[in-house]
Amino acid sequence: MAFENMVRFPKGFSRKKRVAIVGAGMTDFRSILPHTTRELCFEASKRALDSCGLTPRDVKAVIGASAPDAFDGIHIKGWNPVDAMGAVGKPYAREFVGGGTGVGCIVNGWYYVASGLYDIVLVCAFEKMSPPVPHAQKLFLTIFEPILEWALGPNLVWIFAQEMNRYMTTWGVKKETIALSAVKNKGNAMDHPHAQLPMKITVEDVLNSPILVWPVNRLDISPSSDGAAAVVLASEDVAKRITDTPVWIDGVGMCIDSQYWTNRDLAFPYYVYYASQQAYRMAGISDPMKEIDVWEPYDPFDYKELHHLDGLMGKKGYAPKLLAEGQLARDGDYPSCPSGGLQGVGNPIAAAGTMKVCEIYWQLSNQAGKRQVDDAKIGIAQAWGDLMQVATVVVCRT
Amino acid sequence: MTKAVAIVGLGQTESRALTPTQDFRELIYSAAKKAYDDAGLTPRDVDALLTNEYDFYAGISIADEYTPDQVGARLKFDNLVCNDATIAFINAYMLILSGAADIVAVESNSKVATDVVNYPEVLLAALDPVYNRPLGGHPYYIAGMDMMSYLENSDTTEEQIARVVVKNKGNALLNPNAGFGAKLTVEDVLRSEDAFWPIKLLEIAPLADYAAVVLLAAEEKAKSITDNPVWITGVGHATDSSYIECWPWGEAQWIRNASQEAYKMAGISEPWKEINVVEISEAFAYQELQALEALRISSGSLGNLLEMGTFDLDGSLPVNPSGGCLGMGYTPQATGLQRIVEIALQLRGEAGKRQIPEAEVGVAVGSDSEIIKCGGVVVLSR
Repeated sequence: MAFENMVRFPKGFSRKKRVAIVGAGMTDFRSILPHTTRELCFEASKRALDSCGLTPRDVKAVIGASAPDAFDGIHIKGWNPVDAMGAVGKPYAREFVGGGTGVGCIVNGWYYVASGLYDIVLVCAFEKMSPPVPHAQKLFLTIFEPILEWALGPNLVWIFAQEMNRYMTTWGVKKETIALSAVKNKGNAMDHPHAQLPMKITVEDVLNSPILVWPVNRLDISPSSDGAAAVVLASEDVAKRITDTPVWIDGVGMCIDSQYWTNRDLAFPYYVYYASQQAYRMAGISDPMKEIDVWEPYDPFDYKELHHLDGLMGKKGYAPKLLAEGQLARDGDYPSCPSGGLQGVGNPIAAAGTMKVCEIYWQLSNQAGKRQVDDAKIGIAQAWGDLMQVATVVVCRT
Repeated sequence: MTKAVAIVGLGQTESRALTPTQDFRELIYSAAKKAYDDAGLTPRDVDALLTNEYDFYAGISIADEYTPDQVGARLKFDNLVCNDATIAFINAYMLILSGAADIVAVESNSKVATDVVNYPEVLLAALDPVYNRPLGGHPYYIAGMDMMSYLENSDTTEEQIARVVVKNKGNALLNPNAGFGAKLTVEDVLRSEDAFWPIKLLEIAPLADYAAVVLLAAEEKAKSITDNPVWITGVGHATDSSYIECWPWGEAQWIRNASQEAYKMAGISEPWKEINVVEISEAFAYQELQALEALRISSGSLGNLLEMGTFDLDGSLPVNPSGGCLGMGYTPQATGLQRIVEIALQLRGEAGKRQIPEAEVGVAVGSDSEIIKCGGVVVLSR
């Protein structure tokens, strides 16, 4: 691999404290919710704490997480809902790495606990994308390079169309194959109680939906949403007192690539590959294909699920084959996005990533109900963000 | 007290009211270059990068997109917190403690002075959109109200608060990186116009551009990298309510909580005896005394101690030898790292003309914003 020698993986990892997920909760994901940012955070935090019988009094530190301030229109917006998360008087930090925030905040919570400084940490990710009128998409202009790129008036669909085209061209993937991801995820979401877009659709529906920027059709994209999701993390000794079914975070990874996305080959996400390698190394996983039972790659677009799975599996252009064979279905060998993913459940940016961690928690602790994947022991959740640039990964074990 | 993580390298740019010739990325690069040179390391040696950034000040959403290239962290572990740089620093500390990384770079920058033309309007957006923002005005009025409460609830006088300005701007004259040094008298400060009554114009730290990079390393690595490591012995961070209606007006409760945590970790039981130097982010002069009170630096009257010269450079407990924010300029999210850099320089004995003799233990306090009661406290020692 071209960049292999540029990367120095964190060495000398000595796990001082094992960190567990002991509770999770989320709000409904909807395109417009009447709740304020504070109310969303309260609801998700309360559900997560209630799920493990804790109160804000038990929490030692709180991490908020949210993507660009521009969506809520609140400057330093991480501070706005501190009361709703029960963080007043406690250590509080807001995590923010663009779209990668949702899983990044779990990494953040992981080292809060693993450092030995705090034994119970509440992580709450929230996003309110409905305030911008007419649509949040316009705000994505502000993530681009102000001198070289703003003038072109780009938005996200625009650059993802380029990336999707590159992905399809390089690995010879057909649009019909990619559309299967939308069909699968929107179908999986039928079983998710908080989902925004559960749908039974066919590949034709996807291909016949309006073209936004070729090759991206409307049904290739996840919606914009309001919502919040929260997770409670605890250290080893405390976790065992709180719950009988802790799910251990055994590996974490985060990796950022260059800002100059125009200078990178978009066909393979090296940052996802390296982030997952960090996590595998930490978790002692040598063959992810064999060992991982359930996958939650970030899927804001249908091709992104495949693109990210390529990175997580370390196999270029491989995921489309698995998808075509039906291996990524809930009863397949590599169940991917059993929750319904961002395409089905919704995409309140930071909360969507945390929703994926919630799903892994529910799958591994056998609480996923109708979405349950058989015999799930090891799961991986991944999010991605910035300028197609950053990946965040957690690997969990029962 | 454990000595598990140390500062092994630091670099900062000058803190200036205008940097029209440099992009924020160029500022970051020059700070990073100095930090690597200082430690004798290259970007290749670094495991992870921790930064902090506020979108609205950068004028770019997800501004951390633009840091990895300048710090040499491409394809490495990267994280960003939207808080003051002290909290990013504390996060980096925890990342090393967790065992996931050995060497971490912490980066912070400010480009508000040159780039933000409507600063009060942007800051107003930090207030709750339903309850507070409609009140409008320049949000510094909140600090004015806070200072009023502070004056009412303590025996500090306005003259004593003016003395903070005289001291800090005087210290800044000795600091080549400080852009706002001045020789003033208490009368000068009191005669300056009322800005946000009772805050006078000269009691407000002017905005500045700045960038700093600090390199942290785990114990063994630190010892092999440098003969002069500065150890992180205590950290704490905390927040107060974001409902300003429910604030503990006039006091910095968050500093009380954060410093309690940091002192406990550092094994400090009598802060007024054990601490040799303090650096505080004071966007307004009164905040220095408010913070000192919350740091439990003295049981007596802080105002009197200030007048006696206790907090001067040659006093028994120098506060803001760098010049603080009044002397170096207010660099919103980077103020905390500016404070940490100064403490580290003092402990290393590299502070030049403003060097405090035999400084062993220093404390740095950074706050998220001038009107936000949230932030971190870091205890460093030699």
